[in-house]
Amino acid sequence: MAAVETPINREHAQSGVDVKYVAHLARLALTPDEEEKLAAQLGNILGYVGKLKELDVTSVEPTAHAVPMVNVARPDEIHPSLPHDDALRNAPAKANGLFIVPKIVE
Amino acid sequence: MLNQFTISDLAARLARREVSAREVMQSCLDQITRVDGKLHAFISHNDADALAQAEAADKLLARAGRDASRPLLGVPVAIKDVIAVKDQPLNCGSKILGRYVSPYDATVIEKLRAAGAIVFGRLNMDEFAMGSSTENSAFGITRNPWDPARIPGGSSGGSAAAVAADETIAALGSDTGGSIRQPAALCGCVGLKPTYGRVSRYGLVAFASSLDQIGTFTKSIQDAATMLNVISGHDSRDSTSVRQPVPNYAAALDGSSPDGPTIKGLKLGLPKEYLVGGLDAEVKAAMDAAVQQLGKLGAEIVEISLPHTDYAVATYYIIATAEASANLARFDGIRYGARVDGADPIELYGRTRGAGFGAEVKRRIILGTYVLSSGYYDAYYLRAQKVRTLIRNDFLKAFEKVDAIVTPTSPTAAFKIGEKSDDPLQMYLSDIFTISCNLAGICGVSLPCGFTPSPKLPIGLQLLGKPFGEEIILRFGHAYEQSTPWHKQKPLL
Repeated sequence: MAAVETPINREHAQSGVDVKYVAHLARLALTPDEEEKLAAQLGNILGYVGKLKELDVTSVEPTAHAVPMVNVARPDEIHPSLPHDDALRNAPAKANGLFIVPKIVE
Repeated sequence: MLNQFTISDLAARLARREVSAREVMQSCLDQITRVDGKLHAFISHNDADALAQAEAADKLLARAGRDASRPLLGVPVAIKDVIAVKDQPLNCGSKILGRYVSPYDATVIEKLRAAGAIVFGRLNMDEFAMGSSTENSAFGITRNPWDPARIPGGSSGGSAAAVAADETIAALGSDTGGSIRQPAALCGCVGLKPTYGRVSRYGLVAFASSLDQIGTFTKSIQDAATMLNVISGHDSRDSTSVRQPVPNYAAALDGSSPDGPTIKGLKLGLPKEYLVGGLDAEVKAAMDAAVQQLGKLGAEIVEISLPHTDYAVATYYIIATAEASANLARFDGIRYGARVDGADPIELYGRTRGAGFGAEVKRRIILGTYVLSSGYYDAYYLRAQKVRTLIRNDFLKAFEKVDAIVTPTSPTAAFKIGEKSDDPLQMYLSDIFTISCNLAGICGVSLPCGFTPSPKLPIGLQLLGKPFGEEIILRFGHAYEQSTPWHKQKPLL
């Protein structure tokens, strides 16, 4: 079976992405191995998606959503919601009907 | 064997009390016992619960008989592991959810239950629906029923394999860039992605919210129509679902019109941009024959152009990863799932997510975070949203001229396990024909249209329709299916 042609921008592949910084933004702890592998792979992928620069989009409106709908609202009334116990059912740590989290304020 | 029946076959037999729902359910469970060790379509299944639902269906059949309000009474339907079923595990093919058990039913599950279906099993998938091969699951890979050395497609590979292997009568999946249609094509069943907004996503774990849609896997187009009737409709719990009347999809096919199911005079667009590049010769031959057949059945074939096709994969991988990076922020070890402790919340989040997510999910979170980050937003994300407009306009313009569009579903038949797993970009490009449909927010269905000669692997035909144009693509699909033998062929297991 024929492979789909893959245009790869070598320059971008080598320049790479500051994966450590982006991983911090994403709150994602990576091993040095993962960082290295991701930098190379993301370089390739960004090189490929760079093809969008070929198009002139100056007068084009962005699409955030394919179905044109705005401001879906409902009356401000109380409806039944998930019972408290059910909402806490899958919590990794809980007590007294609350989620337990690490200390946030000294 | 009862597990091989379609919904419509079963409905008739259940109504005449020739078979019981319990026998049907047991037959599916027996098939799972026989073949799922090899295929691994299911992550888990609760047999006692499934049989209890079947017995309840039999009681209802005995008491009240079959009626139109319960079109799925006694029909087993298995569920992709991304849709919430009350009191059943939900993992999205990931480690990060730990021992999560759903506290509520998704809207589609409520609707299936109301229609009488037996809701059972958790079907394997690429982690968080990110993948095209079902090789990215924390619960192991799923294999193709036609050749266990090959992938079933993805991300809904478990759903497609289970239906193709007759382990269930029908299944639900989700489709963000082809995750229903591509595995349906590669496993040889019918996969329907409804229009964005047609089906409520309440209870579907979000991947890319502007693209995700729940849809069906079935053994015939008729069954897809029956399932779509059950799961469609507006839902106040999903503000992206649309207040659009639900037509009787099944009736539109079954000859209730005086002419019977006909596609005579309907226009079918053939996009020239889809027949170039990496399209496999055997897939192209099957596709050409299918187009010819549709022409013989009365469709008028019209060449059309979707000029921005070549930009769809790039646009998709910016928009989908950007949305995923935001949606997956909720998996932080605080409210649910497995937690890895840290000295402060930031360290806890990072460690939990680093330990819980697999490689592909990490890759997409990093890519999505990058394209949204300060300094890159306009160059990548905003630009992609603008190109999305161009892609959508291509389709809307084409639909001024044609009633539906026909394409191959996937550029190749099923590839070998491991063949593309080290090359993410090659893997992304296997979705080249399915991705535009999600970007444009239209509907699409894949159905069997032939086999590669050696090895014998299914080939899928994709029909794309206007927004809320499911009736038309199902009618095209039904006419084609009824005049061809492909959907009746079964893998040797």
